[in-house]
Amino acid sequence: MTLTQQIVTIGMVVLGTAATRFLPFLVFPAGKPTPKYVQYLGKVLPAAVFGLLVVYSLKDVSILSGSRGIPELIAIIVVVVLHIWKRQMLLSIAGGTVCYMLLVQMVF
Amino acid sequence: MQSESTVLQTKMSVPRSEKLKKAFKAAFPYTIPIFAGFWFLGITYGIYMNVSGFSFWYPMLMSITIFAGSIEFVTVNMLLGAFNPLQAFAMTLMINARHLFYGISMLDKFRGLGWKKFYLIFGMCDESFSINYTADIPEDVDRGWFMFFVTLLNHIYWFSGAALGGVFGSLIHFDTEGLEFVMTAMFVVIFLEQWLKEKKHTSSLLGLGISLLCLTAFGADHFIIPAMLAIVAVLTMMRRPLEKGGEVQ
Repeated sequence: MTLTQQIVTIGMVVLGTAATRFLPFLVFPAGKPTPKYVQYLGKVLPAAVFGLLVVYSLKDVSILSGSRGIPELIAIIVVVVLHIWKRQMLLSIAGGTVCYMLLVQMVF
Repeated sequence: MQSESTVLQTKMSVPRSEKLKKAFKAAFPYTIPIFAGFWFLGITYGIYMNVSGFSFWYPMLMSITIFAGSIEFVTVNMLLGAFNPLQAFAMTLMINARHLFYGISMLDKFRGLGWKKFYLIFGMCDESFSINYTADIPEDVDRGWFMFFVTLLNHIYWFSGAALGGVFGSLIHFDTEGLEFVMTAMFVVIFLEQWLKEKKHTSSLLGLGISLLCLTAFGADHFIIPAMLAIVAVLTMMRRPLEKGGEVQ
């Protein structure tokens, strides 16, 4: 690829990313009332999307090979227990991550 | 009426620098886990570009202008392949389609924020969205500036990580295996926060269940779009019972 072709390629990726972020705001501008159906989606979607993001961040874990997802499962349990117990976001994230690092570096 | 104008007056009398400082102080702690995650991923990304034969200018410029993690890794492969701008555009739309959901959820929260709104939308990566949507912003903290600092800090973390990786790529040796789990841990906590806040969990459970089903059916590289379509379809079909059941306030 020439430098110009590289710039065009990167430009397309910038454009595509910005398109997915700006589109809803262009289609439903602040001045006009947003359709009821879209308002409904805006309220129920986030909970489902957070579920999707959890699965997305675990998508490359294989339960059939390697450590079979056991370190991930243990570390997630640690995160959940810590968070329900103390409800300190940083503590839950740090605790779970340290636990995971110890597991993959020393046990599995 | 009188109390309203007093409130307005107190708001007006807070100097701008105080307002900014307060918003920054409130926003910063939320971004610490993202600092860890973005530096790890960003440095990895910079190194990846470095060993793929690109100068450090590439990860630096791409991390600023694109600011979306997974697609930036994919772009490295695109740059190494044949020139195909349309395919690059289509691929980006597919990988980043989940941002459409973020926009729909933020339509109200970004309302009336002036010029900041433009940057908030531009910088709405997974992590910025998750924090800005779920964070309990104290009453006396300016919402617009809070979200602005969350987004800006994330942007800086991602850029500096990518730049470091690109510049020092071949020199860095880390024994930080497993640090990438910080992102999973963060999304689990955010999911849990939402779970503890809501009265009924239909949407949360649907999101998890449908995504898992689609992951099994379509595989890691192709499950996002079917999962999104299925989530919207099921939520649309369940609109009446969900609204009646009091899940939508």
